[in-house]
Amino acid sequence: MSTVKRSRADTLFVAVNFVILALVAIVVAYPIIYVLSASFSDPIAITEGRVFLLPVGVTLENYKLVFGYGQLWRGYLNSLFYTVAGTALNLILTMLMAFSLSEKNLPLKKLFMGLLTFTMLFSGGLIPSYLLMKNLGLIDTVWVLIIPGGVAVYNVIVSRTFMESNVPQELREATQIDGCSDFRMFVSIALPLSGAIIAVMALFYGTAHWGEYFNAMIYLRTSRLLPLQVVLRNILLLNSADAGLIDSYDPEIAARMEALKNSLKYSIIVLATLPMLAMYPFVQKYFVKGVMIGSIKG
Amino acid sequence: MTSYRQFSSRGLAKRSALRSNLRIIRRRWQMYVMFLVPFLWVLVFNYVPMYGVQIAFKDFIASNGISGSRWTGLENLNRFVTSYMFRRVMVNTLVISFYQLLVGFPIPIILAVLINECASRRFARTVQMISYAPHFITTVVIVAIIEKMFDYYNGVINTIIQALGGNSIYFLGEGSLFRHIYVLSNVWQNMGYNSIIYVAALSAIDPALEEAATIDGATRFQKIRHIDIPSIFPTIVIMLILRMGQIMSVGYEKIYLMQNTINLNYSEIISTYVYKQGIQQTQYSFSTAVGLFNSVINLLLIATVNQIARRVGETSLW
Repeated sequence: MSTVKRSRADTLFVAVNFVILALVAIVVAYPIIYVLSASFSDPIAITEGRVFLLPVGVTLENYKLVFGYGQLWRGYLNSLFYTVAGTALNLILTMLMAFSLSEKNLPLKKLFMGLLTFTMLFSGGLIPSYLLMKNLGLIDTVWVLIIPGGVAVYNVIVSRTFMESNVPQELREATQIDGCSDFRMFVSIALPLSGAIIAVMALFYGTAHWGEYFNAMIYLRTSRLLPLQVVLRNILLLNSADAGLIDSYDPEIAARMEALKNSLKYSIIVLATLPMLAMYPFVQKYFVKGVMIGSIKG
Repeated sequence: MTSYRQFSSRGLAKRSALRSNLRIIRRRWQMYVMFLVPFLWVLVFNYVPMYGVQIAFKDFIASNGISGSRWTGLENLNRFVTSYMFRRVMVNTLVISFYQLLVGFPIPIILAVLINECASRRFARTVQMISYAPHFITTVVIVAIIEKMFDYYNGVINTIIQALGGNSIYFLGEGSLFRHIYVLSNVWQNMGYNSIIYVAALSAIDPALEEAATIDGATRFQKIRHIDIPSIFPTIVIMLILRMGQIMSVGYEKIYLMQNTINLNYSEIISTYVYKQGIQQTQYSFSTAVGLFNSVINLLLIATVNQIARRVGETSLW
C-alpha cells in the first residue's frame, strides 16, 4: 500500500472512516458508561441532571441499599441455578444429537434432519405449548425453565456442522475397526475434539437461560422461584418499589428518597449485568466463532 | 464402515440395500439411541404442540381436553380477521418489522465495510470489541436502560436536549415514537454483533485483488463497490433470506416490556396480542387461531423467499 501514492480522495476516506467508527464506538459505549457513572453518583445529582459522563458526588449509597434487597439475591441464585442446570442438560442433549447426525451414511438420517428442520419453520405456538406444560404438571415448578428448552434445533445443526469436519470420518472408521463402540467413540473421540463447539454452545445456551424472562413470567407464580430477570422486571419496569426498602431508610429526607428510588435502579442494572460484562472479554471470541460456524450452510 | 459402503455402492438389488441398512441400524443401535433420546424432547416439546394447534378450529374447553372439544371450523379465525384489532396488529407488526429490516439490515454491512477498510487494525478491533458489548445485556435490562435514558424528568437524553437549549421530549409517552425507539435501540444493541459475519466474509477476500485494483488506480470507493460488495454478496443474500423468514416474528419479548397504555396503539403486535388473549384472557382457542395465522404466513414467506433466492441467486437454505 505504501508504495502506491494515495489519492486525496483516499486520504479523505480514511479520515472520514476513522471519524465514523469513533462515533459508533462512542454511541455504543455512552449509555453503558452513563449507567455505570450514575450508579456511583449522588442520587440528587442525577435528578438535577448534573451527571453526564463521570460520576458526580461519588457514593456507594445506591449499592448499600441494594445489598439489603433479598428478593434480588434470591433471583440471582435462582438464575444461576437455572442457567447451570439448564445449560448442562442442553449440552448433553445437543452434543449427543449432533454427533449422531454428523455420522456419514447413517440410514434414516435424511428423515431425522427433515423432522428437525420442520420445527424451525413451523411451531404449535404459545397456547398449545402452555397447555402441554399444564398437562405435564410443569407449571410453577423449577423444571419448567430447565426441561422444555432442552434441545434447540438450530444449535444442534450448528454443532453437527462443526462435528462433521472436526471429527473426521477416517478417524471414526479407524476406531470402529479397533472395536470401539459408538458410545465410547462419542465420549473418547468426539467430545475431546469438540471443545470449541461445546464452549460456543455453553455460551449460546447459557446467555439464553440467563436472559430468559418470558417463559418464567408465563409459567411461574411462586415468587421464590422467580429468576433474576423477572425480579428485575418487577423492580425496574413495573416499579414495585419494596416498602421495606424505603422504610429502612431515614424517613426525614423524602426528596432524597424519591431520588434514591431513581438512582437505585442504576446500581441494580449494574449488578445484574456485571457477571455477563465481566465474562465478556474472555468469551467474546467464542461468540465470534459460534456465529462463523453457524453461517456455514449445513 | 467401508465394507457396507462398497456393498451398497456396488448397486445390488434394492432388497439387499434395505437389508444392509437394517443391518447397519442393528449394528449401530447406539448411534440411534444418541439421536432418539434428545429427539424425545423435540417430539414432546415441538411436535405435541403442533398436534394441539387444532384447538384453533375448536371451542376448547379444558375439561373436555383437546380431542374432546367441539369443532367450530374457521370461526375463531374469522373472529380475528373481522375484529377491529386485526388491522391494528397486522399494520404494527409489518411496519415495525420492515422498519427493522430497512434500518437494521444494512447498518451491520456498512459497519463491517468500514471496519474492514480501517487503516489501523488496533483501532478497528477496539471498535469491534465495544460494538459487541450491548449484545450481552439482557432484554429486561436493555428496556430498563431505555426507560432511564429517555425518561421525561430524569433522563440524560432530555438533560442533554435542555442543555443544548431545547425542550424536553416525552419520548415514552408519545406513541408514534415507539417504533423509532424500538428499532434504533435494537440497532444500538445488535449492529456490532450482526456485523461479525460480514467482517469475516470481508477478511476472506484475496488481498491480491485489492492490490491489483490499487495498482490500476482504483479509489477506495471503487474497491468497495467492485471488490468488497460483490465478494460478500452471497452472505448478504443468505442473511436476507433468513431475515425475511422472520418478518412476522418481531421481537415480542422486548416489545411486550416496552408497552405501556399510551403507546399500545402503535406497539400491539400479533405475538403480544396472542399472549394477552391467550394467557391473560384465557381465550385459548381464539389466541391459538391468531398464532396459527401468524405461523402460516411465516411459513409461506420463508418458502417463497427461499424459492426466489434459489432461482435468482443460486443460493438457498434447502
